[in-house]
Formats: sequence, C-alpha cells, structure tokens
Amino acid sequence: MVNSALRWAVLLALAALCLGPFLFLLSTSLEGGDVFALNSLVDLLPNQPTYSAYREVFEKLPELPDFFKSTAILCLGGVVFELVLASLAAYPLARMEFRGKNAIMGALLATMMLPAQANIIVNFITIRGLGLFDTLTAVLLPSAVTVFGVFLMRQAFLIVPKDLEDAARMDGAGEWYIFWHVMLPLTRPALGTLALFSFVSHWNSFMWPLVVLEDKTKYPLSVGLSYMANAFDSNFRLVAAGSILSMLPIVVMFLLMQKQFIRGITAGAVK
Amino acid sequence: MLAEAPKSSRGFVPWLFLGPALLILALFTFYPIVCGVALAFTEFSLLRHTQEGELVPPLFVGLQNFARLWVDPYFWKALLNSVKYLAVVPVIQILSIAIAVLVDKPFHGRELFRTAFYIPVITSVVVVGITWGWVFRSDGLANYLLSLVGIGKIGFLTDPDFALWSIMFVTLWQGLGYYMILYLAGLQSIPTELEEAARLDGASGWDVFWQVTVPMLKPTVALCTIISCISAVKVFGEIFVMTPQGGPNQSTLTMVYYIYQKGFEDFDMGYSAAIALVLAGVVGIVSWVNVRYFRDGGLNSYG
Repeated sequence: MVNSALRWAVLLALAALCLGPFLFLLSTSLEGGDVFALNSLVDLLPNQPTYSAYREVFEKLPELPDFFKSTAILCLGGVVFELVLASLAAYPLARMEFRGKNAIMGALLATMMLPAQANIIVNFITIRGLGLFDTLTAVLLPSAVTVFGVFLMRQAFLIVPKDLEDAARMDGAGEWYIFWHVMLPLTRPALGTLALFSFVSHWNSFMWPLVVLEDKTKYPLSVGLSYMANAFDSNFRLVAAGSILSMLPIVVMFLLMQKQFIRGITAGAVK
Repeated sequence: MLAEAPKSSRGFVPWLFLGPALLILALFTFYPIVCGVALAFTEFSLLRHTQEGELVPPLFVGLQNFARLWVDPYFWKALLNSVKYLAVVPVIQILSIAIAVLVDKPFHGRELFRTAFYIPVITSVVVVGITWGWVFRSDGLANYLLSLVGIGKIGFLTDPDFALWSIMFVTLWQGLGYYMILYLAGLQSIPTELEEAARLDGASGWDVFWQVTVPMLKPTVALCTIISCISAVKVFGEIFVMTPQGGPNQSTLTMVYYIYQKGFEDFDMGYSAAIALVLAGVVGIVSWVNVRYFRDGGLNSYG
C-alpha cells in the first residue's frame, strides 16, 4: 500500500513537473490582470481570465499566419522530399549489387555521427552562392534527404522476401515497376515512420532557418516565436498566446498518432 | 532466366535511383566536411568586399585561426561549457530509466502518464525556452516556490554561477520523455522469464532490478548515452532563447552558440569554421570514448 501510494505520488509530481510549465504558459495567455504578481498559489490562475490575447496577437503580429504557412510548407515539403529521395536511394542499396555500393554505404555511415552544426558555415556560403539566401528552398534543401532516412528505408527494403521480387521479374517487370508496385507498398509502415520523424524534425528545426531567412514573413513558427519573444519582450500575454497557438498543431497530432510517434522515435534512435 | 538478371546489365540503374539523393548529400553533407576543413585555414569575411563589390575570396592563413582560438578566452569558455554540459548525460540516464520502470508495467492511467512525460519532447525548443525563461525570472514561479520554503531569490538566468546549470536543467527536463521511450523499448526487449526466474530464486524486487534488469538494459544505456552526449555538445536553441548574447558574463556560451556568433553575427567565416572543426573533433572524441567504454564493459561497475 505504502509502495503504491509513493509510486502515485512520484508519478503525479513528475506529471506536474512536465506539464506545469505549459499550464503556466496557458494561464499567462489568459491572464487579464498583472502577469507576474505571485503572492499566493492562486495567482497562478488567471486573475481576470480573458481570451483577448489570442485576438490581439494577430493584430500586433500580422506575420503570425505567415509563420504557420511557412511551417506547413517546410514540414510538408520536407516530408515529401525525404520520402521520395530516401526510398529511391535506399532501394538499390538494399536490393542490388553494384560496384561502389560499399563505398557509398561507408561514406553515409561515417557522416551519421557528425553534427549538422559543423556544416552550417559552408552550407550557408553554398546557399548564398546559389542565390537562395532568404528563400524557403534554402531552408529545405540541405535536409531534403537525410542519411537516417536512407538507412531506415534500406532496412525496410531488406526484409521484403526475395520471392516477391523474383516472381515480378519472371513476369518481365522492370526495375522501376518492381520498386514502385512491389517494394514500395510493402514498406508503408516504414514510410509512415519516416514521414512523422521528418515532420517533427522540420517542425522543430530552428538554427538553420534562423540563419538563412531574413524576411519575417518567411519565418517558420520556431524562428517567428523567438523573434516575437524579443519584439514583445514585456507583453507576456501575447507571447504566451502565440506560443500556445504554435504548440496546438503538433500536440494534437501527437495525441492522435501516439503509436506512430513512439515507433518513429524508437526507429530514429536505433538507426 | 529473367530472375537472374545479369548484374552487369544493371550497370547504371542503381545510380539512377541513387542520383538525386547523392546530389543533395554530396552538396550539403560531404562537401561541407571537406570544404569546412579547408575554410578553417583561411581568413574569409562576408563583410569584406573588393572595390568592384565582389566578396574578397578566402585567403589561406595557415594556422592563424587556431592560434587565435588558443588565446581566445571566449573559445575556452565555450569549450569548457560544452564539456560541462555533458553532466546532463548521466543524470538523464538515471532519471529516465527510473521513469521508464515506473510506467513499464500496466496500470490504470499508464498511457496518460506516458503522454504527459512526452509532451515536452514534441514541443519546440523555442516555446520551452520562452516558458522556462519566465519560470526562472527573478519574480517568476521558481523563485516564488523557493520563497515558500524560505530560500531567497536566485538569479537563475542572470547569475553567472547559475545560468548554465539552469539551462542544463531545461535540456534535461525536455529530454526525459524521449529517453523514457527508448528505455521502455529496452525494458520490453528483456525476456520476462529472466526476471521471473530470479524472483523464483528468491531475489527481491530491488535485486532483480539491479542484477537482471540493469545489465540487460546495457545496450540501451549505450545508445542513449551516445545520443545524449552528442545532443549535449550541439545544444543551441535553449541558449539562444533563454540567454541571448551568451548569458551573464558569457557564462552560457557553448561551442555551437559561439559558431553562430562568429559566423552569423560577425560573419567571420574562417574563424567560425575553425571552431566548427574543433566541435567535430569534440564530437568524434566523445563518440569514440563512448564506444570504447561500452565495448570494454564499463557498465559492470554498476551492473
């Protein structure tokens, strides 16, 4: 009994620690009175609750819808690029023998541990050189395909039984037909995992868009929010409202697709 | 025999599939490695132009950037802070293993708790930084709670002795759910017969945990340690949002933040590339130590 009570106490305390800051954020966004006037625990709740911050934030920050739009473009574009390019590249690495394959596998493996931040300087110069500075293309291009994605898809192609491929070949199917009609449908779970993984990493990506974008209307939510936090330094209610709004899509998505999220993380770590 | 399509006839086919991805990876992953190393030995500023308005091309300066690094107190500060940041690694392992064990076996509400612990992970580091930045204000929630137990105000983000630790705490807080999920996967992969057998032999719950569960978790611990080491070394968002300009007295300056400052505030690309090269070296060393440690059974000490 004592054990179980203790267990619940720890669990509840942890849950409070994990969610508390977000409730505090929510409460701040609904605050009608003074934000930081903590004299008793009751002050943690909004004094004169009002939704006005959620209206005001769109007035004071007309770019807010643009932040959402950019994020949507980057996430969806990023997912499409990753799925197409990674599965294309993974297919021959899993199912064909050719000269240079080992060299490519080795080169890909070698870069996996390297932090992308070490490449940021050269990539920035490259992007400027290509005339892409301050475009969403610039944000997308360097991560259009990831080594992780290629390896995840390769793993998925590896476990497709050889018989299926052979049967299709007997019927005279070409390489492209086999890839598109035989292999790809069988890797749907992996594609789903990769899609979600790529979506979340584009959603949270911060440093690179911060560096290659200048025009505020192109900012994704992450960069836009940090800009907003600076610009409205003392208007906590607005910053809180913007933060809550920016959290909603990904949190709702997570709540709807928890299983897939979890599979994505586990796959992502094991690489 | 069509099924045995002669491999040589496929000659260029694999490359058609590989082409698009290789092009992107070559340009943005492989090229920067080679070019970044070269750039570290040059002087190259994006602010310096010739009279015709062209950028002055990178000028080879040998080891000059590294000589500058050697005497640059901020660089040493950044390096030291990035190493200090690694202190998050063991703490996050212990806590997330404990949490994973708490929510491993089925009970009413288990899924709710797992969800709650995972919410910080999917939240953008910017939102996390903004929120904790407020919690840590001198009139914020953290100081209020401390005042309830009679502790005076702490300058969580304004006191150079506290700032880095406060941000490390936020990184820890945000990462717990992620490692919890990985450890849950690890716990699930342990055959239940092992734990049952130990119990039948009369081992207490505590003994089973230390003698069976922990040693069996070793591969997961190795994986999580390496992932968290690398993320600790490349921390940026938290620092940028919570302590702009590198914090009080540059006390929260880290390697990646310094790369950002030198590269994208001063546009001193050669110097920044030199710091990036050191960063790559640090990551290399950390990964190597990890691999060595776990291969040599370094966890036996607590197995």
